[in-house]
Amino acid sequence: MQVYLPIAETSVNAFTLLGVGGGVGVLSGMFGVGGGFLITPLLFFIGVPPAIAVATGVNQVVASSISGVLAHLKRKTVDLRMGMVLLIGGLIGSIIGIWFFNLMQRLGQIDLIVQLSYVIFLGIIGALMFQEALRALMRAKDPNARRRKLHVHTWVHNLPLKMKFRASGLYISVFPPLAVGIGVGILAAVMGVGGGFILVPAMIYLLGMPTKVVIGTSLFQVTFVAAFTTMMHAVTNQSVDVLLALFLIIGGVVGAQIGTRVGLKLGAEQLRILLALLVLSVAGKIAFDLLWTPAELYSVTVPRQF
Amino acid sequence: MRALVLLLMLFAVLPLRAEEVVAGLSQDRVSLTVNFEGSEILIFGAIRREAPLPADSTLDVAVAIEGPPMPAIIWRKARRAGIWVNTERQDVRAAPSFYAVASTAPLRDILSPEADLTYRISPRLAIFEARGTVDVHDPAVFTEALIRIREREGLYQQLDGAVNLQRDTLFSTRITLPKQIVEGRYDARIFLLREGEVIDEFETFIDVRKAVFERWLFNLAYEQPFIYGLMALAIAVFFGWGASALFRFVRS
Repeated sequence: MQVYLPIAETSVNAFTLLGVGGGVGVLSGMFGVGGGFLITPLLFFIGVPPAIAVATGVNQVVASSISGVLAHLKRKTVDLRMGMVLLIGGLIGSIIGIWFFNLMQRLGQIDLIVQLSYVIFLGIIGALMFQEALRALMRAKDPNARRRKLHVHTWVHNLPLKMKFRASGLYISVFPPLAVGIGVGILAAVMGVGGGFILVPAMIYLLGMPTKVVIGTSLFQVTFVAAFTTMMHAVTNQSVDVLLALFLIIGGVVGAQIGTRVGLKLGAEQLRILLALLVLSVAGKIAFDLLWTPAELYSVTVPRQF
Repeated sequence: MRALVLLLMLFAVLPLRAEEVVAGLSQDRVSLTVNFEGSEILIFGAIRREAPLPADSTLDVAVAIEGPPMPAIIWRKARRAGIWVNTERQDVRAAPSFYAVASTAPLRDILSPEADLTYRISPRLAIFEARGTVDVHDPAVFTEALIRIREREGLYQQLDGAVNLQRDTLFSTRITLPKQIVEGRYDARIFLLREGEVIDEFETFIDVRKAVFERWLFNLAYEQPFIYGLMALAIAVFFGWGASALFRFVRS
């Protein structure tokens, strides 16, 4: 069954869309990731124009993270103050990212930029996850392994404008969290992702936040930045396709429920290795497309005019 | 049926010429609905003549359907620092978003270059490159690439021999509009050809429109983007939160 997408102006098989949404939903349920970083490239592969894939992907992120953030707010595992600082950074980053996105679209380089950022970020994150999971496997086998120090103060934490983040037990300058927020906001706008996969490690290793508030606070930031970015894409370049989003969201929420059950039954470390390999293979496929001599050297873009 | 009645009426009122063409379409309206997968248009017609059939030349028919013209940018990739990047561009002032030509025989055999220029029948002549912005030394290669890419997508079609002409009087052909066509007025022209010259021409239109719901969404996205964005978010929140609430309810 084909569905005609009124904004993308093409038809895509409805079951393919539900499958993409559902498959990524299963993974996000299993691993507790948003899945934006898989949805957007999968949409490229099935022929959705990159600009639409990015903007619609970010809309899907809102749906996949909203219930999580509500649950964490109820459990009070959100550092609201830190969340607000990260959010302010995220909104600034999103505006920068949207401006850059629209500029690159005019210059005809948006596909390249999106693909390059996917290769770089998925490559790095995949490699780090793989290494981390391997190390965890080793540690599990060796109970006497040394534990890492929780967090290290460096000069960036001592910049001016220090602020107390009670829930995280931190007294640091607002600039590091602001910068992290800006970086994630840019990624959300350019790559159509929530950015949790960057935000979580940054909060733990860079800001030194305790793990119990990291997930909730990152979901808080991601949900609002994704919502804001969706609005920005809708208003500045009309590239959000709600019909496409609807299919992805329905597939995604059902998949996530299944994934959560499956995830509970399987061993966490083996799963992490699998996810790392999956992330690396998506990055590899995109890198291959950039490096391999294309069958068609020419491409046609139709500028939108009114 | 309406088309056939119209056709008969045209027979009655047209002024006299040696040979005239009258034609109709199986549908003059295409609606882009949620399950639109493309549409096949049947173009049929007849040739009316007062004088006896000329014996010294053959009669040919060409049918061209042209979608709304739009500007386009054609990019060429080149390898820069190991990766393939769009480097050169050729702007096109107007290129039809859809273009199909069906004919009784290959166009180059039945149509003289002069007549082609006058009537702009072959796809190459329907594309207008932008003047003044030419910064590539081989613009023709870019235009050929545009035709090649759109042919592959089914947006440009050259259907040699696809028009079926019976006893030099009745003709018909089928042209498929693919699923990715855009909205607008599609111009259908039917040409009668003898010795490379156009001896008569008939023109009609197909109206391609998004269906009511799709139209509404599209207009909302472009005219009220803020409200459209809020709606997109409302859908995301409703389904994202609603689904987990539902599953929680089912489980307990």
